[in-house]
Amino acid sequence: MNQEKLSTLVEDVLSRLLKGGATDAKVVARAGQDLSVRVRMDETELVEEAGTQSISVRAFKGQRIATSSTNDLTAVGLARLVSDALELCDLSQEDPSAGLPDPAELAKSYPDLALYDAACGSVTAAEAVARARRAEKAAREADARITNSEGASFGRTTGGFVMATSGGFRGGYHGSYASLSVSPVAADEGGKNRTSGYWSARRVLAKLEDEEAVGREAARRTVALLGARKVPTQEAPVVFDPDAARSLLGSFAGCITGDAIYRRSSFLIDKLGQSVASDLVTIVDDPLIVSGPGSKPFDGDGLAARRNVVVDKGVLQTYLLDTYSARKLGMKSTGSAASATGTGAGVSNFFLAPGTASHDEIVRSTKQGLYVTSMMGFGFNAVTGDFSRGALGYWIENGELAFPVSEITISLNFQELLARIDAVGDDLDLKSGVASPTIRVGRMTIAGS
Amino acid sequence: MSNTLDASTAPLRAPFAPGGPYEIDPERARKLLEIALRRGGDHADLFAEFALGASLVLDEGIVKSASRGVSLGVGIRVRRGYAAGYAYTEDLEWPSLVRCAETAAQIAEGEALAVAAITERAHPDRYRVELPSVLAAGTLKRTMLLEADRAARAADSRVQRVEASFAESFREILVATSDGRFVRDVQPMIRFGVRAIAEHDGRRQAGSSGGGGRKGLEYFSEPGKSPEDHARESVRVAIAMLDAREAPAGEMEVVLAPGDSGILLHEAVGHGLEADFNRKGTSNYSGRIGTPVASSLCTVVDRGDLDHNRGSINVDDEGNVGTSATLIEGGTLRGYLHDELSAKHYGLAPSGNGRRESFRCAPLPRMTNTLLLAGPHDPAEIIKSVKRGVYAQRFGGGQVDIASGDFVFSISEAYLIEDGKLTAPLKDVNLIGNGPDALGKVTMLGNDLQVSDGIWTCGKDGQSVPVGVGCPTIKISAMTVGGTAIGK
Repeated sequence: MNQEKLSTLVEDVLSRLLKGGATDAKVVARAGQDLSVRVRMDETELVEEAGTQSISVRAFKGQRIATSSTNDLTAVGLARLVSDALELCDLSQEDPSAGLPDPAELAKSYPDLALYDAACGSVTAAEAVARARRAEKAAREADARITNSEGASFGRTTGGFVMATSGGFRGGYHGSYASLSVSPVAADEGGKNRTSGYWSARRVLAKLEDEEAVGREAARRTVALLGARKVPTQEAPVVFDPDAARSLLGSFAGCITGDAIYRRSSFLIDKLGQSVASDLVTIVDDPLIVSGPGSKPFDGDGLAARRNVVVDKGVLQTYLLDTYSARKLGMKSTGSAASATGTGAGVSNFFLAPGTASHDEIVRSTKQGLYVTSMMGFGFNAVTGDFSRGALGYWIENGELAFPVSEITISLNFQELLARIDAVGDDLDLKSGVASPTIRVGRMTIAGS
Repeated sequence: MSNTLDASTAPLRAPFAPGGPYEIDPERARKLLEIALRRGGDHADLFAEFALGASLVLDEGIVKSASRGVSLGVGIRVRRGYAAGYAYTEDLEWPSLVRCAETAAQIAEGEALAVAAITERAHPDRYRVELPSVLAAGTLKRTMLLEADRAARAADSRVQRVEASFAESFREILVATSDGRFVRDVQPMIRFGVRAIAEHDGRRQAGSSGGGGRKGLEYFSEPGKSPEDHARESVRVAIAMLDAREAPAGEMEVVLAPGDSGILLHEAVGHGLEADFNRKGTSNYSGRIGTPVASSLCTVVDRGDLDHNRGSINVDDEGNVGTSATLIEGGTLRGYLHDELSAKHYGLAPSGNGRRESFRCAPLPRMTNTLLLAGPHDPAEIIKSVKRGVYAQRFGGGQVDIASGDFVFSISEAYLIEDGKLTAPLKDVNLIGNGPDALGKVTMLGNDLQVSDGIWTCGKDGQSVPVGVGCPTIKISAMTVGGTAIGK
């Protein structure tokens, strides 16, 4: 379905909601095309292809709200969508903060952020298989110790969405995304296998990393884990590689949204204007990066998207707010509404701004410590900031990666963790909406043997 | 068909059900499967799904939002050896279904394969409900949320915030296969949850409690399962954790409470025994059938056949009846969890573990309700036997690295054990271990098997499915506790 058809559909549903008794409404429709393939040991394992479509609405009767959604776009399906939303409004209760944003705040025009690359959508199944196969082959040929594989995947998705509100907002755009990942396996002692992986993802197909390079890097990361062992329980500096640091930043992102704050579900309540991290730390949410993975020209409320510096040299500057949470907190929206029909703020391109140290300098300047490449589990309590997760990586001895480490945990309360960041790398790669360069935390508890 | 619905449930009927606008009967299914196998292939299946979901959310004392959603579609898969072509459509018009079958067929090359005569099959009925929750009056559900809110606030003056939610779904599926099976099932589900935040002296903690299953609103009449019960339990946890101190770091004895600790099995054993990983030789359990992988106290089963449980299934998403599979017996590895592809590889009957999140996904071997069966010990004796260790009561979730078998699970309510007694509450902490190693260290096992209330969702390859876990009190003689306090 093209943008024009989506617009027609959205206008139709919006007018039906208003005629049916909604005092206000917002309607969003999406349509897309997905292809994903997986190869394993040079054989095609899965080719998956489909078109998707869905429509969701948020209806208001005064200050009572309901939402409904469907992917059944037949007349019956749409009638149900509308009647469900109207009926459910009577079930919810008056929320004094509910309501669409002030029309004066709506984005009237918005920039073209080059989110769509037609080349992504034209990748055929055969071509996708060939790409995945090349990447896996490169991984298996890179090192004789790679004896098995969980496979290589290539996926591409393209799609468009259109949003309309009774408050007068009309907008839409389309986007694309392609990704490639490889997970080789190496046999280790004691019947264990080791797997790591590497991936690349971009909105623009031509900017994906070369298949051979992705495969070789995946192999390097996998064999590097052979012989991984525990280290004794101790306190030591911990270096997080960009993938692991990205996960930390993701936990942080969940603590600075307006709804986490007004629901008192964040350890960063009442911390605006205060130092919450070391002065090396600047964290930015920037939806306006050209072709950025999390870029968007307007937010889910229809407000112009904007760059927000969340933490500037360690000082918390702002929360990320949508219209609703801004009202709850007596603040102004930062244009960060995540979802078009739910409530809540979210991140776009959310990253820790790169520093000046190279990755190698950070490792070399660490006399002894842990280098983390991936973390496991859900050990983060946003309310208290308590953090404890499983970790995998290497032990650093005299500034060199000495041996691989597994089956340990790292822990520290997030307030301390952020304050103890004493190195920030220059190696930021914006391949996903949340991204970080290499960072080092001066001291954490490592639990092992 | 053993699962029928009468006229009063008409709003729930799938458009592809008998009499529906897009009815898929055995004959239409056969035609589509024929198209799917026109270019060759070993096997084809069709999966149609109609899922209705709804939720109510309470926050700040009011039900702020009500929502409903419909998801409808058909997925067609063609298998050729270990390869699969998969396509789905959300549009059930005949030309779209044909296009879907043709797209899936692209994986194959060769002579057309004949489709067997397709006949409708009966199956057990493990979660019949009097009235599907989605048909019950919304005001009843709203009242329950408000009752939970009141009960939580009344339970303790330190409660500052209460959130509660009620989510329900009703899923109708149809599976037709080129070897002649045609199966329908309807799968109800409810999930209720309360989260309380307590604050005192500048400290703040959250506690939560929830449950549900393949049940209707009668769930709330079970002992200890009323909205108020869940509210008071969430407050109990939040208040207890206000005094939490730093958890210890390092290897020590760990005792796991019965019920939700079954997460240990799910992560340490369950995923590693999903047959796809073993067929490919990428699991640390590969090639170990018949060998010891746990202490002789341990017998682990996967039970898709429990009545009304969150993880239960009458049939899996490939149309095979959910069964009870013994994975580990007296410490010895006995078998894996199979979907059709892996069962064929091993020359076994499918174990009814081929599951998928929705029609948008091809099925994978998945767990249903994974249980560690009861042992011989008195739970009180188990705690008494520990000089210094950690008692884990509530969990946030877990994860496993299939290849190495290393797994973690995060504990949201834990206590220090000192000289055989539970003493101080501990801050959130992760436990980490290796599957066979940790299960080999199960030195005591309680006689108090409990199955978790219905809250767990398992993720694999980006697909989420509802599951259950269960276990008795478990003592592990050494496990790494990921706290911050060293030597305290």
